[in-house]
Amino acid sequence: MLYIFCPHCGESRSEEEFAPAGQAHIARPLDPAACSDAEWGEYMWFRDNPRGLRHELWLHAAGCRKYFNATRHTVSYEIVETYKIGEKPSFSETVDEPQPQAQGATA
Amino acid sequence: MQRYSGFGLFKHSFSHHENWQRMWRNPTPKAVYDVVIVGAGGHGLATAYYLAKVHGITNVAVIEKGWLGGGNTARNTTIVRSNYLLDESSALYEHALKLWEDLSQDLNYNVMFSQRGCYHLCHNLQDLRDAERLVTANILNGIPNELLDTRQVAEEIPYLDCSPNTRYPVLGASVQRRAGNARHDAVAWGYARAADALGVDLIQQTEVTGFRKQDGVVIGVETNKGFIGAKRVGMVVAGNTGPLAAKAGFRLPVESHPLQALVSEPIKPIIDSVIMSNAVHGYISQSDKGDLVIGAGIDGWVGYGQRGSYPIIEHTVEAIAEMFPVLSRVRMNRQWGGIVDTTPDACPIIGTTPVKNLFINCGWGTGGFKATPGSGHVFAATLAKGEPHPLAKPFSIERFHTGALVDEHGAAAVAH
Amino acid sequence: MSQINRLASGGRIDRSKPLSFTFNGQSYQGYAGDSLAAALLANGVDIIGRSFKYSRPRGIVAAGAEEPNAILQIGARADTQVPNVRATQQALFGGLVASSTNGWPNVNNDLMGILGKVGGKMMPPGFYYKTFMYPQNMWLTYEKYIRKAAGLGRAPTENDPDLYDHMNRHCDVLVVGAGPAGLASALAAARSGARVILADEGEEFGGSLLDTREQLDGMPAGEWVAKVVAELKTFPEVVLLPRSTVNGYHDHNFLTIHERCTDHLGDTAPMGPFARPARQRLHRVRAKRVVLAVGAHERPLVYGNNDVPGNMVAGAVSTYIRRYGVAPGNKLVLATNNDYAYKTALDWLDAGLKVVAIADARSNPRGSWVEEARSRGVRILTGSSVIDVKGSKHVEAARIAAIDPHGFRVTSPGEWLECDLIASSGGYSPVVHLASHLGGKPTWQEDILGFVPGNTLGVQARVCAGAVNGVFRLGDVLADGFEAGAKAASETGFGAVSGELPRTEKRIEEPTLALFQVPHDKPTARAPKQFVDLQNDVTAAGIELAVREGFESVEHVKRYTALGFGTDQGKLGNINGLAIAARCLGVNIPQMGTTMFRPNYTPVSFGAVAGRNAGALFEPKRYTALQAWHVKQGAKFEDVGQWKRPWYFPKAGEDLHAAVARECKAVRDSVGLLDASTLGKIDIQGPDAREFLNRVYTNAWTKLDVGKARYGLMCKEDGMVFDDGVTACLADNHFLMTTTTGGAARVLQWLELYHQTEWPEMKVYFTSVTDHWATLTLSGPNSRKLLSKVTDIDLSPDGFGFMTWQEGKVAGVPARVFRISFTGELSYEVNIQADYAMGVLEAIAEAGQEFNLTPYGTETMHVLRAEKGFIIVGQDTDSTVTPFDLNMGWCVGKTKPFSFIGWRGMNREDTLKAGRKQLVGLKPVNASDVLPEGGQVVFEPNHPKPIPSAGHVTSSYMSSSLGHGIALALIKGGLERMGQKVYAPTRDGRLIEAEIVSSVFYDPKGERQNVV
Repeated sequence: MLYIFCPHCGESRSEEEFAPAGQAHIARPLDPAACSDAEWGEYMWFRDNPRGLRHELWLHAAGCRKYFNATRHTVSYEIVETYKIGEKPSFSETVDEPQPQAQGATA
Repeated sequence: MQRYSGFGLFKHSFSHHENWQRMWRNPTPKAVYDVVIVGAGGHGLATAYYLAKVHGITNVAVIEKGWLGGGNTARNTTIVRSNYLLDESSALYEHALKLWEDLSQDLNYNVMFSQRGCYHLCHNLQDLRDAERLVTANILNGIPNELLDTRQVAEEIPYLDCSPNTRYPVLGASVQRRAGNARHDAVAWGYARAADALGVDLIQQTEVTGFRKQDGVVIGVETNKGFIGAKRVGMVVAGNTGPLAAKAGFRLPVESHPLQALVSEPIKPIIDSVIMSNAVHGYISQSDKGDLVIGAGIDGWVGYGQRGSYPIIEHTVEAIAEMFPVLSRVRMNRQWGGIVDTTPDACPIIGTTPVKNLFINCGWGTGGFKATPGSGHVFAATLAKGEPHPLAKPFSIERFHTGALVDEHGAAAVAH
Repeated sequence: MSQINRLASGGRIDRSKPLSFTFNGQSYQGYAGDSLAAALLANGVDIIGRSFKYSRPRGIVAAGAEEPNAILQIGARADTQVPNVRATQQALFGGLVASSTNGWPNVNNDLMGILGKVGGKMMPPGFYYKTFMYPQNMWLTYEKYIRKAAGLGRAPTENDPDLYDHMNRHCDVLVVGAGPAGLASALAAARSGARVILADEGEEFGGSLLDTREQLDGMPAGEWVAKVVAELKTFPEVVLLPRSTVNGYHDHNFLTIHERCTDHLGDTAPMGPFARPARQRLHRVRAKRVVLAVGAHERPLVYGNNDVPGNMVAGAVSTYIRRYGVAPGNKLVLATNNDYAYKTALDWLDAGLKVVAIADARSNPRGSWVEEARSRGVRILTGSSVIDVKGSKHVEAARIAAIDPHGFRVTSPGEWLECDLIASSGGYSPVVHLASHLGGKPTWQEDILGFVPGNTLGVQARVCAGAVNGVFRLGDVLADGFEAGAKAASETGFGAVSGELPRTEKRIEEPTLALFQVPHDKPTARAPKQFVDLQNDVTAAGIELAVREGFESVEHVKRYTALGFGTDQGKLGNINGLAIAARCLGVNIPQMGTTMFRPNYTPVSFGAVAGRNAGALFEPKRYTALQAWHVKQGAKFEDVGQWKRPWYFPKAGEDLHAAVARECKAVRDSVGLLDASTLGKIDIQGPDAREFLNRVYTNAWTKLDVGKARYGLMCKEDGMVFDDGVTACLADNHFLMTTTTGGAARVLQWLELYHQTEWPEMKVYFTSVTDHWATLTLSGPNSRKLLSKVTDIDLSPDGFGFMTWQEGKVAGVPARVFRISFTGELSYEVNIQADYAMGVLEAIAEAGQEFNLTPYGTETMHVLRAEKGFIIVGQDTDSTVTPFDLNMGWCVGKTKPFSFIGWRGMNREDTLKAGRKQLVGLKPVNASDVLPEGGQVVFEPNHPKPIPSAGHVTSSYMSSSLGHGIALALIKGGLERMGQKVYAPTRDGRLIEAEIVSSVFYDPKGERQNVV
């Protein structure tokens, strides 16, 4: 079970308090009418699905009820950062394969 | 192919079983194939088998980065059913179910398909409406399905708590009696052995690292053991679809999520069918070995770790204990996770891709195992002809552009 | 029967407390402190079960979690049965009832065993894939018998009398295992001031120290254990959990601990002073650091007939002698490839028993224990091993021969030595399970011939200590443990600690020889069965066959042979199995790799996993403030999400239909009362509130004045309807939104999502007020008259128009009253603070008597709104329906400047195409027919199958007001088909004919809601 630092509350809490909300930084097109059907479909449904770091949107559903972003590794599940909406992530390179942690590494 | 039978076992027992042949070869890859299939899971192996058997295309390689049948084929809860709501999906799954019914004989490999019935429990009035909708839709499509009331459910499923005192009392159930279970590993091995016998090369421990293209047309795959040429390439890599599609240069409406399952210790037979409850969130069957096989929910985040979050297991076990309170003292032996490729409408993507001669079969979500023969069959036809099989047509990628979704997901209506 | 194998003295048992128990119906006695396995061995019980496939007699082979055979049924009553209890881990209690899980008519004389001997030849691994295929229709029959034979124990047939619970814990250092490494580790961490949890699966702390012949500071090791435990108890921040197995190591250092609180006391938890305590507890622990001090499992050697009762793992024999005072035989043969197993021979001698011989596979062992055994006159056969066993129900003799382990062959004819116990040791496998639960691959360490924890794929902040690290010398283990505890504590911010560790004896220990399967003079396939996995009857020949047939990866071998699939998950057999596969393939063991390790380390009851979230507490029930009143009125309830809503209010003798007909009539003729409190209510404030509504609703909100209310539809970006409700303008920047009952949380989250991520610049705030307000709906022509008796609000048609709201007092309590209608009748929705609602309701009910005020439930509400063609989202829609499909284009602001959520989506190729399913009314041609709700309808009933569906019925009722059945349905191109016929083929074979009509059946002009 993930342990997630809520950047609004300033505390780490168990995943049970949170709800994942998909890929982060998917901006709604400013002029939907200018989008083709295909572009609108891509906005709604096409997502990055990497093995590696991914920026995700989370909701502190049973906490402050605020959304925030997390950069999480999709194989190790390590969360390398969480940050508020509107802020930029510090980590974004994606790696193909997980970097195994040495024994005793910190969470 | 060495034929299997009870008599064969008897005969081989005199030679201490020292003369059984390999089930499949370990071939060296050829320079070029008519068709290269990436991924030797159940779907990929079935595709290869039907390419050879139905379409006579035997110059085929199946390339697998690990061991064959080692992905979701090895990790699912083995349920087979075709009682889907929408015409497009029920046609596809029923096509598969019909193939399941003769599969052991077709492959000369006992995949232990047993049609012990699958119940969908109803716990509220909307569940009952949905069940009526499903059952009558199936009947119109020639797929027998029945609706039972609480008393009938209680009679047919002995230890299910059908009392009115439960949190969500059982109000009825739909039952597809032709549904059931199969032995998951046997499906992969049976297809592998039969495909190999028809000349298909199964190339294990070889990872596809990229696609070689010429003028936008795929001409083969790069692997960690060198280039393998192909006239057509089929990608059937559940759990790895996103990263491989990225290597081919396109994006999909697919996210890969952990899906967990668990088994109890083996116990004497107590549950004779497949029982599913959407409202209470649990489903259960019992394997021939005696394990209670229990499917848990899907984690909401992308994960390739073949493991999910513990609360999902907890909620599932709570649901099972609610449905079958007598199981409270039975013990959970093992839990695990697979990686499922989910799509927005909970239906697969089968067909062409933005790269010419590269075809895709993915997005089976939580329900791929049951489709294995049908998926392989229609994908083989798609690869053989270069255009989607009629049953596969509604499942193109383009539907996410036009909006013509096959929305099995949404058809399971929300509460009101 | 007396305890024939009980030694006269020794052990940690309490001989003053004899305990009676039964096994397979026979009574026996053991002592407090015994495990069930120890008590059975003490009584000379050899055969505790029959094997899974071949029905061979089996006895106890180990003393802990790795035991594969002693899997028993426990429980005296139908409701207290526990299947598959490992006798080695079950404490004996008085009155314990145990039985074997297989064997017919009984385990000693099993007829299946004869079948197993004959049929066994035809049952190589995977035999079931090769047969039972013909004739095709016989599989279910074959399978019935296979299923009967499979499975171990039996589930209870009655509900569990016990409770289970959960405890959430946080700590700095969780130490797993309280053997020498764990105790030293916990001591170091505790002394540093860290919050420590120490958990161990055993009945008491100490692990191997409880039965070792080694001394600490010249004293029995148990005395050091007692000292350490006493010191640990002095730290207030230290939690000690015996009988507690850390069964799962999950992501981000979350671990679960399965504590058996009362399993050592009886079948069920004994009643406490106030209540029954939990039988088992699951601790859910978030640990900053974990010290894994989980030890190692000794491997047996794999030789012919190694499953005959009387074959045991060497260390287990020592455990039974030293911890339980039980010697399971008289004449011991020991087979080993290492020094440590000699301790068992020495323990055996100390018990006054005979060691027939030690077969050491090494050519010239000279370690300290070896020399000690030699000096005590034990016959040591070097370069040799046990290759075969004589005896059917118990060991009678062992055949020892010289072997060449590298050439895998027998080099001498050997000799048969009479004995009644064979102890074997093939080395030690570190318990890498927990360290590998997140997908990490263990690493092979050649010097110890075992896998040790490797890198982890997930986030595990852990330190390993002791035998799990491949450290086996006791002195090193203690030092490793102490250091690990200190390290874990310092990494969580605590200071350095020091302390003297006890002195251990100096010894020469020599390396272990790589020997897993012992060669036989026949090829493996023809040799006597050499068992690798005893629980699943997997033999060395079976593994050979699997490899021969092409199963070359370790997972394939596992799956084809069932190696390691048992309840022990292969703790004893897995390494031997993959060593054999590696030999067959000509590769080394690390090239084979291991199978995946998954939770649970040992099985956990479902009850413990569910905890208190069972029965009445499975999921919360939500009630409105008026629940007590509904119960008093005799309401039947319907589950709507978590809510319990009154479904209908039957009077004596009434069924659903009669009650609903009466309730409907009351509303249409006079006045009815509905509890609408469950509708979601969201208070929306801020200068941009109005614009926000414009963006999330499909219709326009710019011109909604204060005091007015409006119905709105909400869509997802794909243009599909996902919620609806009435929103009122309370003040300039203040709105009250209502949602569907089930959609309340979803809608709030939706609003927050768009506000927080897309339009954070908008000044708007959302607060859920669902539970703060109770809503009483008065509906019917007399609702105005009734309400006027209890309110100071001007209810005149001019003063209080339709789709407006007023503030005032109702029954003396401040209220918001909305004049909106879901029934088509004159209606008022009275909102009162929930605390006051009951009083207001009672006043209204009192005032309503003269109007025959009738409470009605959701069913009547559904009928009345369906007569009006009002939709219920989620019933008349699924997520494939646009507002236009609902014929509700009037509710779409086509000219709104901002491209509101859903607008683009409902203007795509597929959403604009002709022939989409559209909401229409259906009127059965035969007035008494009611279409099945949910059912499909067709245009051409005589079409051959598959028959194309025309659509499906979403709502259907008998309308007593209209005197005929009515239905709403989503029909392909329905709006263009008015007057056409559809047919509903019912499941009982009838065909109901219906006409496509407008969805508004009743009062199409909408006059009744304006009745004066």
